[in-house]
Amino acid sequence: MLDTVLFYSFAVLVLGGGIFTITRRSAVHSAISLIVSLLGVAGLYLLQAAEFLFAVQIVLYVGGIMVLFLFVIMLVYLDDAAHMREFNRQWLVALVAVTVVGAELGYFFHRGAASFHRVAYVLVATVPPAAGNTEALADSLFSEYLLPFEIASLVLLVAVVGSVIMAKKRI
Amino acid sequence: MHPVTTEHYLALSAGLLLIGTIGVLTRRNIVVILMSIELILNAVNINLIAFSHAWHNMGGQVFAIFVITDAVAEAAVGLGILIALFRNKETVQADEIDLLKW
Repeated sequence: MLDTVLFYSFAVLVLGGGIFTITRRSAVHSAISLIVSLLGVAGLYLLQAAEFLFAVQIVLYVGGIMVLFLFVIMLVYLDDAAHMREFNRQWLVALVAVTVVGAELGYFFHRGAASFHRVAYVLVATVPPAAGNTEALADSLFSEYLLPFEIASLVLLVAVVGSVIMAKKRI
Repeated sequence: MHPVTTEHYLALSAGLLLIGTIGVLTRRNIVVILMSIELILNAVNINLIAFSHAWHNMGGQVFAIFVITDAVAEAAVGLGILIALFRNKETVQADEIDLLKW
C-alpha cells in the first residue's frame, strides 16, 4: 500500500519535472525542474532497493551535473535568448514521430505483457540479503565487470581532456 | 490499489523517454537539449534498475553506473563544445548553427 503511494508520488515528480524541463522558457527554470525530476528518479531507486545508486544519483546528478549546467547557463546566458521562439519549426513533425514511437511502445507492452517477469514491489524485502546492496554491487563491479570499469575510467579521462580543450581559448 | 509491478516501471520509463525525445527534437536552446538527453539516460536507468530488481541480478545496477558515467562524460564534453560555440557564434539556438547547411 505504502509502496504504491510512494511509487505514484515519485512518478508524478519524475514526469512532471520532465514536462516542465522541456516546456519552460527560461533555461534556469528548466534546470530547476530537471533537479525535481532527477530527485524523483532517485526515490524510485530507493524503492527498488538500489541504495548505492540512490546516493550516486543525488551526489553525482543533482550535486555535480546540475551545478555544471547552471554554471554554463551563467557563462553563456543571453537575455534575448529567453525572448526568442522556444521551439523550432519542425516541432509538429517531431510530435507526430514521437507519438508513433509511443504507440509502438504501448503496443509492445500490450502484446508482451505476459513475457515480463511480474514482481510486486514491497518495501520490506522478503529475503534479507546476506550483504548490503553496496557490497553486492562492488563484488559484481570489481570481479565480473572489472575490464569495463577500467575502460570507463579511460572514457572519463578522454572526456575531461576533451572538454578542457574545447572550452579553452588558446591551447 | 494494484501492487506496483515491473510493468509500471517500464511504462514510467517509456513516458520519460518520450518526454526527453520531444525535448531533444523540438527545443532550440542547446542547454535544454542537453538536459533532455539527461532525461533520456535516466529513463534507461529506471529500466535497468527495474529489471535488476525483478531478476535479482546485480548486472543491471552495474550497467546503470556505466550509464551514469557516460552521462557525466557527455555533459562535460557537450557543455565544453557549447562554450566554444558560444564564443565563436554568439548564439545558443540550435537552428542558427547551420554552417554545414547548403
